[in-house]
Amino acid sequence: MNHQLALHLADNALILGHRNSEWTGHGPVLEQDIAISNIALDLIGQARNFYQYAAQLINQSTQQPNIPSTEDSLAYLRESHEFKNCLLVEQPNGDWAKTILRQFFFSAYQFYYYQELQKSKDSTLAAIAEKSLKEVTYHLRWSSEWVIRLGDGTDESRSRMLKAIDELWMYTDELFENTSYEHKAASEGFGVDISLFKNDWDKKVKEVFEEATLPIPTKELNNVNWFGKEGKHSEHLGNILAEMQFLQRAYPGCEW
Amino acid sequence: MKENEKIWEILETVNDPEVPVLSIIDLGIVRGVDSFISPLGGNGANISITPTYSGCPAMDVISMTIRMVLMENGFKEIKINTVLSPAWTTDWMSEAGKEKLKAFGIAPPTPKQQVCHTPLFHDGEAIQCPRCNSYHTKLISQFGSTACKAMYQCLDCQEPFDYFKCH
Ligand SMILES: [Zn+2]
Repeated sequence: MNHQLALHLADNALILGHRNSEWTGHGPVLEQDIAISNIALDLIGQARNFYQYAAQLINQSTQQPNIPSTEDSLAYLRESHEFKNCLLVEQPNGDWAKTILRQFFFSAYQFYYYQELQKSKDSTLAAIAEKSLKEVTYHLRWSSEWVIRLGDGTDESRSRMLKAIDELWMYTDELFENTSYEHKAASEGFGVDISLFKNDWDKKVKEVFEEATLPIPTKELNNVNWFGKEGKHSEHLGNILAEMQFLQRAYPGCEW
Repeated sequence: MKENEKIWEILETVNDPEVPVLSIIDLGIVRGVDSFISPLGGNGANISITPTYSGCPAMDVISMTIRMVLMENGFKEIKINTVLSPAWTTDWMSEAGKEKLKAFGIAPPTPKQQVCHTPLFHDGEAIQCPRCNSYHTKLISQFGSTACKAMYQCLDCQEPFDYFKCH
């Protein structure tokens, strides 16, 4: 089992968790501030589990590493191009509608992904997936309800949802584009063949969008020139890392 | 064997820092204990614990507290192992734990896992108000003050309350 897949899964969860945590103290109402912060916490917890495992795999494959990898070194000391998260999760929060839609697209993806990953031949990945799936079930339900509430809400909320779809739909293609490490892990029985649940994802989006009276974009909007899962990111990731990694970069090994 | 029973008894004194009326045994997060003779001399203990939620910030405090109480009780070497599978479920909460929760003002998890799998916008099974016992209650938010709780309100006595949500 190669560490790249574990890193990819960790990075996805960490970056979306970090984005969501930017709402803490700024949510539209107290209950939803708490909800998005809880989701952030779940995601960062999932990221920690994947990072710990990735660190273990890296340390095993390096003979006597001078400085062993840890969950912290992987989160705080890698450069933007070393991150393997998809572009969707690094998109700025925008307004509540955009944050909700990003969460919905990603939770639906994670939901089907973890269902498959539970069957992995790698018992650690399977265990993390089993644990995380329970959390994601809540995230998916919550974000689905909000997509419907806003899409089928007022003129204002609806127009914001439409704008969010315009801004985010183009990044959903990448979720289902295989990288070489995903392909390899899937063929060896450790990873997941992401094409297996593309139809489930499409169906879920259709179901929720229909109830939200939102149009489903039909045209493939694959005009994005970057590929986040292979380290080609937008400038947004650099901005996230500048903030998130500042303390460990300025004061290496700092604890409090 | 005797030594293992002693460890379980000691762990009964470790409380969940976020819901301090519950011991970690009530919560069902201790999955196994095993005593051994430490090469350092004296007894050692292997403890397996499982998190309630992936990001539960209480886990570090719980591990530290386990270590401290076992050392106070003469254990020389303590190994704490985190297991993720099978994933923790509210079904593992003890009956005593559920009663303590209710007395503390938190509605205990219902035995059937219906709330996890209800259709959108449905509250699912009625949750009983821990104060007045009414089932006339309403879900405010699936996410509460900690990862393991949801927010409800009683429509009879009007009090908002926490529900230890099914998982
Ligand atoms: Zn009441």
